[in-house]
Formats: sequence, structure tokens, C-alpha cells
Amino acid sequence: MDSGLDFNNHIIATFKLFGIDIRFTDTILNTWIIMAVLILFAIVVRIKLNKFKDVPETGFQNFIEAIVEAMDSFVSSNMGIKYKYFGNWFFGVFAFVLFSNLFGLLSFRAPTADLATTGALAFTTFILIHFMGIMTAKGSYFKAYLEPVPFLLPINIISEFATPVSLSFRLFGNILGGTIIMGLVYSLPAYVKVGIPAALHVYFDVFAGALQTFIFVMLSMAFIGDKIPEEMKN
Amino acid sequence: MESFELASLRAFVLGCSAIGAGIAMIAGVGPGIGQGYAAGKGCEAVGRQPEARGTIMSTMLLGAAVAETTGIYGLVIAIILLFANPLVDLIQK
Repeated sequence: MDSGLDFNNHIIATFKLFGIDIRFTDTILNTWIIMAVLILFAIVVRIKLNKFKDVPETGFQNFIEAIVEAMDSFVSSNMGIKYKYFGNWFFGVFAFVLFSNLFGLLSFRAPTADLATTGALAFTTFILIHFMGIMTAKGSYFKAYLEPVPFLLPINIISEFATPVSLSFRLFGNILGGTIIMGLVYSLPAYVKVGIPAALHVYFDVFAGALQTFIFVMLSMAFIGDKIPEEMKN
Repeated sequence: MESFELASLRAFVLGCSAIGAGIAMIAGVGPGIGQGYAAGKGCEAVGRQPEARGTIMSTMLLGAAVAETTGIYGLVIAIILLFANPLVDLIQK
């Protein structure tokens, strides 16, 4: 398009591997930048962890303990106190998705505006749902597919596959919609663009981004917790 | 240089796709009603029981997010029709 509208996922380079074209896109580059930032932060926290006291003395320790405790209580209120260790996984997902959504603020393309990223995240949730279902519920996991009547088995299976599709499309659609609207606004003449993009960034990147991150993590927890029998949660 | 017939066929498909994208966005009505209903009921619940505000809020957001799904499907279809149209490629021959 020659109207200046640009929100596409640019291909930076193309490699050939075993006869298949591997495209190195904006999404991959931005994902790696976010991963580098998060891993660096994790290493810094790990080094500082040795100096942490039982009673917090620094603001940094207070901050780290506050976010870890918030995530743990969030997980245990959704999935039961026994599955608090899922906080380790969901904290990573939460941080990655939040940083991805906020990445649009720095005029990069948000990696979550690509169905590949959100699809991969939703696929891990899909694997976790069924892994935890088989591990905890055992026989009754398979029996649940025949309920309320065995005749509904195909519909139950389709609804299981609809879960990751709706999870990934929700995040993808929200962020891509925001990206396209921002692209449309940026392609307007210059005199319209005073101040308006800032307000739109606050809504589409900060508000919608944070809300969709929260909802993605919370729905993942709810879906995984749904497959765990009620009596095993405490 | 493509023939006049092929060009007019492409224009027809593109125009119909744009109309289709517009019609697909009517799907936005449903989530609007659903989320408004969820928000209204959430307000009622907070008014009745202000101490349970946190639980009500997260439950309401969860319900609103699920209600939003159908609208997002419509949005994805509209985006595909506008920017990644699969129908135009069908009339290359």
C-alpha cells in the first residue's frame, strides 16, 4: 500500500535451511530483545538474591517479594494452594506477554500482534491443560468426554480444541487491532497527529495490553484448574 | 499487463471483500451488549457487597473477556479480508 499505512511484519532476512525458507521477521527480532531484557533482569535478581535478608532492607527486595507474592496468591486463589508452583510458569508468561504488549510504546511492532507468538503461548497452555488433567484426574479425565451423554463426544473434543484457538485469537486480535488503528492514525497528515497518538497509545498499548495480559494468564489458570478435580486442590 | 476482464474481476472481488469486512464487524454488537451487561451486573454486585470488590472485579473481567471472543473472531475475519485477502489469489488464472 502506498498511503503510508504500515503495520506489517517486515521480513528482515531470509535463510535457507534444508530447502525451506526461514524468514527472520520483526516478530523474532523483537521477541529476542524482550527475552534478552527479561533474562538479564532474572540474572540480576539471582545475583542480588544472595544478599537478601529475612527482613527486607532494600526497596529492590521489597519489590521482588511483592510481585512474587502477588503472583503466588493469584495462582493459589485460582488453582488451589497445592498448585502454587504454577506461579513460576505463569510469572514468566505474564512478564513476557506484558513486555510484548508494551513494546508498541517504543515504536516497535509488538510480538503478540503475530498469531505465531500467541499461538505458541496458547499451545503450551493446551499441553498443560491435558497433561495436568491426565496426571491428576486419571480415568475420570477421559470419562469427562462422555458426559453428559456419550453421543456428545465429538462436540466435547471440538470444544477442547477451541480453547487454545480462542485464547490465541483474543490476544492476537486485540493487539493487532490496536496496531492497525495506530498505523491508520500515523498515516494521517501531520497536523492531525498532535497529541492524538499519545492518548491512543495509552488506551491500546497500556490499558488494553495490561488487561489482555491479565486475562490471558487468568484464563489459562482457569482452564488448567478446571481439569484438576476439586478434592485435589487443597 | 492483465486483461480488462481480469482486472474488473479483481476489482469486483476486492469491492465485495471490503463490504464483507464491514459486515463481519457487525459481530461487534454482541460483545458490546454482553460486556455492558456484565459491567452492569458487576456494579450491582459491588453496590450490594462492597467488601467483595476484588473477587467481583476479576470475575467480571473474565466474563467480559469470554464475551469478547466472538467479536474478536469477527475482527480477525475482517482483517484477513482487508489485508491478507485469500479470494483475490483465486482469480490469477
